[in-house]
Amino acid sequence: MSADTPTGWSRDEMAKRLAQDIPDGSYVNLGIGIPELVAKYVPEGRELVYHTENGLLGMGPSPAEGEGDPELINAGKRHVTANPGASFFHHADSFAMIRGGHIDLCVLGALQVACNGDLANWSTGTADAIPAVGGAMDLVAGVRSIYVITQHCTKTGEPKLVEKCTYPLTGLGVVTRIYSELAVIDVTAQGFRLVELAPGVSFDDVQQRTGAPLLPKQ
Amino acid sequence: MINKQVASVAEALADVRDGATIMIGGFGEAGSPIELIHALIDQGARDLVVVSNNAGSGEVGLAALIKTGRVAKVVCSYPRTANSTVFPELYHAGKLELELVPQGTLAERIRAGGAGIPAFYTPSAVGTPLAEGKETRTFDGREYLMELGLKADFALIKGRAADTHGNVLYNKTARNFGPIMAMAAKTAVVQVEKVVAAGELDPETIVTPGVFVQRVVEVAHPAHESELVAQGAVYP
Repeated sequence: MSADTPTGWSRDEMAKRLAQDIPDGSYVNLGIGIPELVAKYVPEGRELVYHTENGLLGMGPSPAEGEGDPELINAGKRHVTANPGASFFHHADSFAMIRGGHIDLCVLGALQVACNGDLANWSTGTADAIPAVGGAMDLVAGVRSIYVITQHCTKTGEPKLVEKCTYPLTGLGVVTRIYSELAVIDVTAQGFRLVELAPGVSFDDVQQRTGAPLLPKQ
Repeated sequence: MINKQVASVAEALADVRDGATIMIGGFGEAGSPIELIHALIDQGARDLVVVSNNAGSGEVGLAALIKTGRVAKVVCSYPRTANSTVFPELYHAGKLELELVPQGTLAERIRAGGAGIPAFYTPSAVGTPLAEGKETRTFDGREYLMELGLKADFALIKGRAADTHGNVLYNKTARNFGPIMAMAAKTAVVQVEKVVAAGELDPETIVTPGVFVQRVVEVAHPAHESELVAQGAVYP
């Protein structure tokens, strides 16, 4: 990788950019990590309902320090609040919402995304890791649109957007769109296609850091 | 007369046998029936199969049960948790079998088990390592995996309130696996802060109908796992 790596968007700017693309009235499941930041940036005039798969629709922001309720948590096991209009339900109902196609959008992190939309985000497959999958495989199988929000490359500079995933898969051909610090990229039948570049980032910067061909913006 | 209330958590679990399959409610600490789990540790049954979303943290509750070495197998979706040391230790030592199940598949297997459905097809995990060895079938051009319903000898569940008929109300996201585990277990034991007489709960608000519950026991001030872990508590 070249020394002059463009910075592009910050994590918060990535989340803010993604939030612009969520239509008013959507039911949205946010994964753990960068996806959680998206909730901070709902554009003015839109109302979204956040689903957390442990059993809450209408998840609100974290409570003030010290005011958390250990029985009101999100899928990341963090304290949250319930917004007006919220509801609680058991796990089979929660995953019926997911698998049954009732949730409009899910925002997830990724270890790798392939140009055919395959996603790997639960295990690096190393022998000493404790395998843990949670709800990721259900979310990608059932939610209509899957947006991935991720750093473009790993900490050691390996592309996360690849020709073919080498880590264990979460789902086949499931990713719709990717938001990284460098660009917004769609997964199409032809492969990765550029939607938008972050400020100060060129097409070549993105292609150089992507492990599969990138088609130009249409 | 129907009265499902038992006097103590010890009495509620007195007849758990070695080799039993035990479903344990909770998602992280929310809904974890810590007092019932501790009573199961005291009771001493071994070679247990535990069905639970997580594998506990610290050395209390579910983690403490696993630490006793009396759990032979865990059926679980996410055994990796902050402050979780007991599970990794036994798992790496080869002393604990893990059946890893996607969270939604785990929930539906439990629901199906309780609803008299021996197997079902799901799109979750198709094409992944968790599909290996499983029967597949195509419906409307899409591939699905066959998954089996899950049943248990006992379910250990935490609710907020119950009546003497076993009707149960829950608290917020502590509901999680409670209602479906109650359905899937031969003996569903529910600990609640308050047991009231039949008729005192509004039938419109009942979450788990009493037919799915065999025993209710009052634990007026249940502990929270994170508080016990923060205090460095160890059970027993």
